[in-house]
Amino acid sequence: MLRIVVCVKAVPEPKAAEDIKIDPVTKSLARMEVPLVINPLDRNALEAALLIKEHDEAHITVISMGPPPAGDIVKECLALGADHGILLSDPAFAGADAFATAYTLAIAIKKIGQQDLVLCGRASSDGATEWVGPELAVFLDLPVVTMVREFAETENATWQVKADIEHGYRIVQVQLPAVFTVTQDLNVPRTLSFSGIIKSRKKEITTWSLEDLAIPANSVGLEGSPTIVSKLEYVESKRECQIIDGTLEEKVEQLISKLIEAGAI
Amino acid sequence: MIDFTFTEEQELFQKAAREFAETKIAPHVPEMEENDETWDPVIKELCEGEMMAITIPEEYGGLGLGYTVRMIALEEIARVSVATAMMMQVGGLGIDPIILFGTDEQKQKYLPGLASGEHFATVAVTEPTGGSDPKGCRTTYRKENGSYVLNGRKCFITNSHIADVQVVLAMDEDNPEAYSTFILEKGMEGFEPTHIEHKIGMRGCNTGEIEMKDCEVPAENLLGPEGKGMRVSMTAISECGRAGMIGCALGLQAACLEAAVKFANERILYGKPISKLQAQQFKIADIKIDLEAGRLLGYRASATHDKGERAGNEYAVAKYFTTEAAQRAAKIAADMHGGYGCMEEYAVTRYVRDSFVLGPSAGTSDIMKVIVSRWALS
Repeated sequence: MLRIVVCVKAVPEPKAAEDIKIDPVTKSLARMEVPLVINPLDRNALEAALLIKEHDEAHITVISMGPPPAGDIVKECLALGADHGILLSDPAFAGADAFATAYTLAIAIKKIGQQDLVLCGRASSDGATEWVGPELAVFLDLPVVTMVREFAETENATWQVKADIEHGYRIVQVQLPAVFTVTQDLNVPRTLSFSGIIKSRKKEITTWSLEDLAIPANSVGLEGSPTIVSKLEYVESKRECQIIDGTLEEKVEQLISKLIEAGAI
Repeated sequence: MIDFTFTEEQELFQKAAREFAETKIAPHVPEMEENDETWDPVIKELCEGEMMAITIPEEYGGLGLGYTVRMIALEEIARVSVATAMMMQVGGLGIDPIILFGTDEQKQKYLPGLASGEHFATVAVTEPTGGSDPKGCRTTYRKENGSYVLNGRKCFITNSHIADVQVVLAMDEDNPEAYSTFILEKGMEGFEPTHIEHKIGMRGCNTGEIEMKDCEVPAENLLGPEGKGMRVSMTAISECGRAGMIGCALGLQAACLEAAVKFANERILYGKPISKLQAQQFKIADIKIDLEAGRLLGYRASATHDKGERAGNEYAVAKYFTTEAAQRAAKIAADMHGGYGCMEEYAVTRYVRDSFVLGPSAGTSDIMKVIVSRWALS
């Protein structure tokens, strides 16, 4: 049986992006003040695991680090088809950068036991560092393939995957266990179903605190984060409307010039 | 203490219904608006999305989730397409009498197919001579050779041309005081849908007439006791039917509020968004107050219903309030759009048209007042 871990993050609902405030002290996003959803690319990662499970025997554990409300997205993952959920929740975990997040996740994954495949979204829609997956692989001492857009199992746990690179893709063979970070091109995530929610009634969410992970407090959260955010500012996007006059040909000429000038084409 | 919040699981159902509505139903809305008779794609989605299984007991292949979850789902679907929600609501209204009054054999025969979406249902009561006064119905039945023979015509029937299973009310040919309900199946000889209606709103929602000409219905298709058909059909309409209309109305109100807020934040007048103008803020407040009040009334009634108690009176109050409020909300939202509120590319014009169809369905506002006043005076 293939043992799969999918790492998911609770991120602010994209439609509520304008309501997100920045905490002036921690310089992190005040996520709890807006509705939280599963990070969109993590849904692609979960979908990949669910598709594997449709064809092969597999056990899917979803793991997330966040405050108690993040448990809602773990519950949602169970309703989508994951078998077990783990929420890493402790005030000490707050303010973690990608490094501390990856470290904490890695400790928790080791605590679960031997896994064959760890799947993560390529990036989160809020932090967007793209580091958690690769750093997680380092902490787990596993090979990692980033930006996976297609994969197919081959032989003896050797998987062939197609992964994006700038202006193209690469085909990689990797021996499991491994960590993959996935892109939105990998699949179209399924939507929640009512029967899935009913089935999730019997599935468990385990909550682990700092004490459960038995690691020092200064290795996690803000204290364990080497990244220093010196400044975080709101970006105001402004719209500008220009009326182009002239004949149709002149308008097209002007439009093309303006688009080139703006670097749009 | 009274808890006015959804449970965590109900919130998850709400999220699922919203995802379903936005990803599976919304893409079909433009075509439904363009071509009033495009209902097949959304019916398929409703069936595949388990929406018709919500209230059907698990032992018959349903989800056994009750009327609050059904109202939640209808509100979310109506938020993107009242027409689709209406077909779902009346589909459920065709299912409910079988759940409540069907024999074990009837439940075994019909409910699994209706839960899986293999079949779709409706209920047919209204006739040119009787809707608000169901005893004005002139469709008749008579017993003949161990079967029943039905003759008559029903109008304004939602899902008339889609439904495979139709629960039909008819009057005893020999006793105008006795009514019975029958389960008719698509393809029965002498039974067919005829005229398709084109309504002011809810375009893409199938509504039409059905006709029974010496339609022979097997005795085992009698639903509920013979002569008690009025109770069978009215119980379903007064609870499941009105609950469904409340869900449709709440969804439309929510859509109106969203459209009004969006437009108010985007439309610049006097150098600032009109949302900064108190006259416009008050309009938004009116829609919001109605929506909040409507949700309290509607979900209070469904919670009562889910406890296994009669909720017809509570539903009548909520049905009156929410369908009237939906009309107010649509008019306010369209008014706020000014000239744009007259242009079909703005959804508020659809909301105005749709809102007018909510009132008469499952009992007009005046009939709701009759019920509510009877309740108050009793």
